[in-house]
Amino acid sequence: MIEPRIIKELQNLVGKQHVLTSPEDLVAYSYDGTFAERRPDVVVSPNSTEQVSQIMGLAYREEIPVVPRGMASGLAAASVPINGGIVLNLCRMNRILEIDELNFTVTAEAGVVTQDLADAVARKGLFYPPDPSSIKQSTLGGNAACNAGGPRCLKYGVTSDYVRGLTVVLADGRVIKTGGKAIKNVTGYNLTQLFVGSEGTLGVITELILKLIPLPKVARTAKAVFPKLADASQCVNRILTAGITPATIELMDETTIATIEEAMHLNLPLDVEAILIIESDGMDEQRVNQEIEAIADICRATGAREVQVARTEKERNDLWVARRAISPSLARRAPNKLGEDISVPRSAIPDAVAAIKEISRQVRIPIAIFGHAGDGNLHPNILFDRRDPVQVEKMKKAAAEIFRVALQLGGTLSGEHGVGSLKRPFVEQDVGPVFIDVMNQIKKALDPKNILNPGKVIPGPVPGGRDLFAW
Amino acid sequence: MHSGKSAWDGVEGPTEEQVAYCIRCGLCLSVCPTYKESLRETESPRGRVALVAKAIEGELELTRNFKDHMYRCLACLACTHICPVGIKPAELCLEARYAIEQVQPTPLLKPLLFRGIFPRTGLLELLTKPVALYDRSGVRKVVNALGVTGVLPSQLRDMERMLPNRLPWRGTRHQLPDRVLARGERRAHVAYFLGCVQGVMMAEGCKATVEVLAENGCDVVIPKQVKCCGMPMVGYGFKDEARQMARHNIDLLLGLNVEAIITDCATCGSSLKEYPEWLENDPEYAERAKQFAAKVRDISEFLVELGIRPPAGQVGARVTYHDPCHLCRAQGIRSQPREVLRAAGVDLIEMKESDTCCGSAGTQLITHYHTSVGILERKMDNVAATEAEIIASGCPGCQMQLNLGVKRRGLDARVVHPSQLLAQAYRKKKSDE
Repeated sequence: MIEPRIIKELQNLVGKQHVLTSPEDLVAYSYDGTFAERRPDVVVSPNSTEQVSQIMGLAYREEIPVVPRGMASGLAAASVPINGGIVLNLCRMNRILEIDELNFTVTAEAGVVTQDLADAVARKGLFYPPDPSSIKQSTLGGNAACNAGGPRCLKYGVTSDYVRGLTVVLADGRVIKTGGKAIKNVTGYNLTQLFVGSEGTLGVITELILKLIPLPKVARTAKAVFPKLADASQCVNRILTAGITPATIELMDETTIATIEEAMHLNLPLDVEAILIIESDGMDEQRVNQEIEAIADICRATGAREVQVARTEKERNDLWVARRAISPSLARRAPNKLGEDISVPRSAIPDAVAAIKEISRQVRIPIAIFGHAGDGNLHPNILFDRRDPVQVEKMKKAAAEIFRVALQLGGTLSGEHGVGSLKRPFVEQDVGPVFIDVMNQIKKALDPKNILNPGKVIPGPVPGGRDLFAW
Repeated sequence: MHSGKSAWDGVEGPTEEQVAYCIRCGLCLSVCPTYKESLRETESPRGRVALVAKAIEGELELTRNFKDHMYRCLACLACTHICPVGIKPAELCLEARYAIEQVQPTPLLKPLLFRGIFPRTGLLELLTKPVALYDRSGVRKVVNALGVTGVLPSQLRDMERMLPNRLPWRGTRHQLPDRVLARGERRAHVAYFLGCVQGVMMAEGCKATVEVLAENGCDVVIPKQVKCCGMPMVGYGFKDEARQMARHNIDLLLGLNVEAIITDCATCGSSLKEYPEWLENDPEYAERAKQFAAKVRDISEFLVELGIRPPAGQVGARVTYHDPCHLCRAQGIRSQPREVLRAAGVDLIEMKESDTCCGSAGTQLITHYHTSVGILERKMDNVAATEAEIIASGCPGCQMQLNLGVKRRGLDARVVHPSQLLAQAYRKKKSDE
């Protein structure tokens, strides 16, 4: 519990209506996009970097844990408080401060919804490519703090590739500005990229300078149906080695296909092991057309039974319907899902899929696999009902096995969701003790009182002793 | 996980199955007007689902605060329609209100309204007389001229500004005949469902709808004994009273043996079509409710099915259309009102976010003034951008709210029901002849 005098002080800082303590409000700020939930003691919604700085100053003085939060669509429980304290809701800081059409940058506050930013710059003919599935319900601050990816990162890269500068409030309330609009900048350590992906454990990102590129004018999409998953994988390699870089190559396995078909009846084939959805984009219509036709040829040559290239915008949308239907279809099949995001070298995809299917068979729990085949980032989704302890045990077992497979194949635990609470116990297996030690030292240097999102990312005991996930 | 008894243990209310599948993706936040206005999770669909879930798990009590959060939902259904999983947050809030009303009945005012006044249309009409008198007697003009409303608290002033420019002295029930005969070749025999708010506040709209039906070859019966569709009761947790209304209307209207039951109120239409769900556990009425609902049509929906007789006249005005939540999402009616407008010959300019709630949601201006006005302002930004001289919308609640929006902005625009423009086009033909 937080003392009334501190609540009063917080109210003085941001206004009474922006300090929430009712049980209803605490419930509403107790979760993210996973099934984890735990209430904070208070929710504070600042409106400026200065207010964030004052709140951090108070938290530092009083040693109160602070969990920065955007729209809480994360998939690793990074923004779920472990041991009470302050949830720092940054959604009110939602101003786009400047779109610089000459330098191709945008400066925006952390609470701007990513889709809103993408729309605003598109109106000026500019492009902000990172496209996490949660683009409509996630914020720039959250995207940067978790280094979000998305389908388009095969060609365009992930959030960190677009972060050029940050304003960050440190644990003690001091404000640091890193990077800037300049493209080249080697003055001092690259602290910008230290804060990107730090999941709120090193500082609170309040403002971002983001890189933009010219908006592609044309996009064409193809769907290819592969009886054999290994062929689909080979197809991906052939496309890329032919010097073609599509914007996206999305893969869905047979469990995923069957689940979508059961829920949505889209006439998807049920006797194939994989479907690829490939999109090519660019400035020049003729080149994009040539590229998508070349891709279609490669698909056919590598064993695709059926290749469909969208001719119109409507056909293009229809092809994406199946991809977009994945999450809802899975959710209709089981109340809870553990969405993993292991990342493996591209060439290891067939082995990874085969191994995960074997886990599903052995543990006897449904696992649907889909993901970004072009960059090796797979989303095995374990389907379960958390009200059934037997299923929960199976889910845990399968998750641990999937992590093991990713590491065995030279991959990593998380490609784009982050560690949060969810994957913390497995981090050391992935990165080793020296890496953990360095992370600990950085954490101590920047957050000596361990008040910034404690109990996340770095393994070890959590404050309060109760972790969110009991593995 | 289940530490206690459900907050509405033993009564009809939201169940665990209705909330268990929420994956908390947060997509609903991107379309929720109250979330976008407040930027507060507690006023988002995902937040409300979490509150309902915790009440079911016995971890939240039915405090005043809890109730208020259930009542802050506009029931615009944007969340229900976008939810990939099929959770119905808006409906859950309405069901929670019903559950709360059973566990902790509200004293006095609400029961008086929903048991005493709303079921009696005559009484409702009587209550608006002082307002009509205020209007007719010239007092309104004097008040406006003196700027007295300017010194009233802003909410009261806005409630005054919400009223139509001229309230009918006699309710539409007394102005409309019992039966209107088809003009030209007879194509259908229909009943017109006279809604309460539409009937009391929007006489011109009602008359236009009946006129348009007749112009399209319909014999129209106008039963005066219809009762409130039941939506206000459902909105305030008085579902049993709403079911009473439904049974009455089913008996009355099915007895008329008409081909279709026409409403020009989006809200009435969505309730009438929902009667089968309200009465699914009523052995006597379940089947009849289905027969009834199968006949219900919004006026625009009906006209398009029938084929609109082209008027010779044209309304050459710049018009924008606002989609009422209860029409576009509750009934899936989006293109038909636009076809009606095009048939009237207007210059239709689409506004941005035409299907985003206007913030009316019945009584939000009274119960949650700041949110309601905030949502309205966003709507009016989009309206103003079209530079339309007429705003058309087939819902009296939306019309009143938009009317307020126009006055707050000082726009030179009027708010009408689409029927009024089509009727105008038909009348032009006559005057030209």
